[in-house]
Amino acid sequence: MLWRERTVVSGQALLELKGVFKRFGAVTALNGVDFHVSTGEIMALVGDNGAGKSTLIKTVAGIHPADEGQILWDGQPVSIHGPKDSARLGIEVVYQDLALCDNLDVVQNMYLGRETVSSFFRLDEAGMEKAAAGVLKDLSVTTIQSTRQIVAGLSGGQRQSVAVAKAVLWNSKLVILDEPTAALGVAQTRQVLDLVKRLGEQGLAVILISHNMSDVFEVANSITVLRLGQNVAEFKTSETNQREVVEAITAGELHHVPGMHEEVIQ
Amino acid sequence: MSAVAGTTPENLPVEKQSLSDAARGWWVGVRNGELGAVPIIVGIIVIAIYFQSRNSHFLTAGNFVNLIAQASPVIVIGMGVVFVLLLGEIDLSVGFVSGIGGVVAATLLVPDANQWSTGPALVAALGAGLAIGLLQGFWFAKIGVPSFVVTLAGLLAWNGVVLQVIGNQGTIVIQDKVINGLANDYMSSTLALGVLIVSIAAYVLQQLLVVRRRAKAGLPNVPWTLIGLRILALAGAGLFVVLWADTDRGIPYVGLLMLVLFVFWSFILNRTRFGRHVYAVGGSAEAARRAGINVDGIRIAVFGISGFMAALGGIILASRLSSVDTSTGGGSILLYSIAAAVIGGTSLFGGRGTIGSAVLGGIVIGMVANGLGLLNVAVGTQYVVTGVVLLAASTLDSLSRRRTAAAGRA
Repeated sequence: MLWRERTVVSGQALLELKGVFKRFGAVTALNGVDFHVSTGEIMALVGDNGAGKSTLIKTVAGIHPADEGQILWDGQPVSIHGPKDSARLGIEVVYQDLALCDNLDVVQNMYLGRETVSSFFRLDEAGMEKAAAGVLKDLSVTTIQSTRQIVAGLSGGQRQSVAVAKAVLWNSKLVILDEPTAALGVAQTRQVLDLVKRLGEQGLAVILISHNMSDVFEVANSITVLRLGQNVAEFKTSETNQREVVEAITAGELHHVPGMHEEVIQ
Repeated sequence: MSAVAGTTPENLPVEKQSLSDAARGWWVGVRNGELGAVPIIVGIIVIAIYFQSRNSHFLTAGNFVNLIAQASPVIVIGMGVVFVLLLGEIDLSVGFVSGIGGVVAATLLVPDANQWSTGPALVAALGAGLAIGLLQGFWFAKIGVPSFVVTLAGLLAWNGVVLQVIGNQGTIVIQDKVINGLANDYMSSTLALGVLIVSIAAYVLQQLLVVRRRAKAGLPNVPWTLIGLRILALAGAGLFVVLWADTDRGIPYVGLLMLVLFVFWSFILNRTRFGRHVYAVGGSAEAARRAGINVDGIRIAVFGISGFMAALGGIILASRLSSVDTSTGGGSILLYSIAAAVIGGTSLFGGRGTIGSAVLGGIVIGMVANGLGLLNVAVGTQYVVTGVVLLAASTLDSLSRRRTAAAGRA
């Protein structure tokens, strides 16, 4: 598979955000956020509701372009103004509500909107099926019996696997997962967490948004904590514990206090 | 529809599927609510047996040939309706848009000083249908008025236009040979057999190409026996139809037209990006939009297709009656066309259906109308029976959807 052949650059962050601001009218959703994720790293993005997690990934995905600040990709400044810009860089987002078509099969969903065509406008069904099966195999997704199965007939975990495989298929370098285990049972959560780990092992950068601390501690290498639109802490998973992270989520020290502008509090 | 075998991701490539594997896979699909054409074909057989037992004229070659021409307008309009239903939308205007198609062609071909030649008149009639469809699609997709309302307005407005154009003449008799010949002239047995041979050859070639492409990609293929059975079934059914019809007048030209339309639209729907995107928008418009599909464009195009096919169906209807009048496009044609698609297995919920469903559903509706006509049953009873068949078909659709959804939670 193409996406496995990329060279792994260590040391330098694949994606780096410096002082990113995003305002919606009077609301400052992102208040000077610094953030980074490297190739092969699984970076968890945690924070309370309204902390700015969704806004941050939408900024990276090009859905809400940043108002201020710098975005670096492989060390080079880039501008992301729309979903196409982020897709071109190799950023794929797996949304919470999956965005799959229930009536289409696994292959059709993985290639949705990017179908390959051979002669006479004819879809290259064999080629697409082969590539899709290859990605599922590389990710060790064994729970899906047939790539020609209709997605409506799949379980939540299987659907999540299809959505992740879809993101990986496109030669992506960074996969963003928004609450991938939120609606799943125990066994299916297991499947998806294993899949997330494998993404990191395959040399992809992963941003994982989750409310579930045990999930985060199981798969992530690093944790960035957002609070009220600011990054208040960053941890190595191996050097911290759940209590410390939860403390940062609820009471992490802010650089700027909302409504009081530049004043600093202790 | 040629069902393709799926790939098992963990052991690729898999050894050849056996016939029993294929049968088992099909049965799993049926149990999960992917019924395909099974119920409708059972229905056709039941209806045929019932009417034959009541009136021995039902299963004669002569009546069969009548049935082809009778069912053709509903089938052709129904093909356009399938596209709209696949989006989960509705087009209530197809009846009177078909009226517009027939009336435009008939009016332009009235033999007077302003008479058009056949070709341009047909293009104008079909173009009118296409333009109406695109306009209604635009209103729905870009302005955001629900398709039900847009096409309900169309139903009223185009009915009015038909009345205005026909005016006081009451009836316009069609004298054009080409148009009248469509439903009233019959293919010679040589031509019919030729078409059959070409069709079977094309089907065989298509199957072989699929097998070769999949083999090249290292994907498992359906067993040869199954491919052979499909080809034999198609050839047998085709030969039977041609020879049977030949003992009477033969197959009307409209039969050939329907075959061409069926192949063309099936290709568009199943083998092109456009068709795939139609299914995607019908399955989840939001997912389609996020995948970068031009949802509005697909919607407008689909209503254009519906309008175009309605106009074509109207021309066929005019051909069958050799005239148009103030009631053209009215009556049961709209509801029968939508019912044909639904009875054939196209879901009103969007995302599920085939062009073949319009053909099979149209045949059922034609058989019911034809059979009850032979039994001299009042038209009221005919509507009641068709209504019951429609309800049965869409109940089956709803139940099979529940089944599929339940399979996902297993």
